[in-house]
Amino acid sequence: MKNKTLLILILLFFAFCFVVFLKGLKTSNIYIPETTLNKDLAVFASKDFFTGDQISFDEIFVNSEFYILNIWASWCLPCKKEHKFLMQLSKNKSIKLIGLNYKDKRKNAQKFIGKLGNPYSAIFTDEDGTISIKLGAYGIPETYVIDKNRKIIKKIIGPLNKKLLKEVSLIIR
Amino acid sequence: MKLFNFFLSVIFIFIFTIANSSEKQSELKNKISKNIRCLICQGQSVYDSQSDFAVSVQLMIEQKLEEGLNEDEIYEFLKDLYGQWIVYDPEFNKNTLILWILPILLFLTGGAIIIRKLKIKKL
Repeated sequence: MKNKTLLILILLFFAFCFVVFLKGLKTSNIYIPETTLNKDLAVFASKDFFTGDQISFDEIFVNSEFYILNIWASWCLPCKKEHKFLMQLSKNKSIKLIGLNYKDKRKNAQKFIGKLGNPYSAIFTDEDGTISIKLGAYGIPETYVIDKNRKIIKKIIGPLNKKLLKEVSLIIR
Repeated sequence: MKLFNFFLSVIFIFIFTIANSSEKQSELKNKISKNIRCLICQGQSVYDSQSDFAVSVQLMIEQKLEEGLNEDEIYEFLKDLYGQWIVYDPEFNKNTLILWILPILLFLTGGAIIIRKLKIKKL
């Protein structure tokens, strides 16, 4: 009798493990970062791209309904691809487009915006990549839609495209 | 001469203390970065990877240690930015309950069975 109970208990235990692992197999183990957020924008200060002066985000993120923060670099090919969409966005007067130049050489970055156009109303520099980490960035390009209360409402990982531009336009409308 | 020896030992202690504390900080930085997942790499920790992301996270850990944050506070800071996935050690919550409890249960059950068997043999 005791042996039977033990056998049943062991069987039940294995059945339980089987169900747990089977359920685990069905759930995706691919990491998908969160793109819809409602987080406060990190507090940071950095050098102004043009003047080299230290500026705080407090001085830049003011007087706009929406802000779009774009992390870019001249050495990043997808950044080149998305640039035309940023130029389109810059025509929208209800937003302020802010750039964060990531681990770049100033000369190359200047060439980049000189050639393709400057969509940004202000550009910060992120020389060692730590500001991007403070923002929760994975790589570049990355774009954040920020509301007037400085809350990140959308994060776009990778280059902007037509579809994403539409999404952003819908948010800021 | 005595004064000279005194100054020499003070300088020696000073250098030794600084070297010791920076070594400790570097050890802690390595420990933390080994427990932080490089989110853009395949199965590598921030310590192992040389990607831009990993290098920047390592710098951030260094900055936070210099600011006086402890190990747990740095994990919390990174978890707040990137979610639970960034740390290799899973947090103890209702989703990870089985993960934490199961090995203990298995160990206790196994131990109980062995003790029982031994007792039966002795009898």
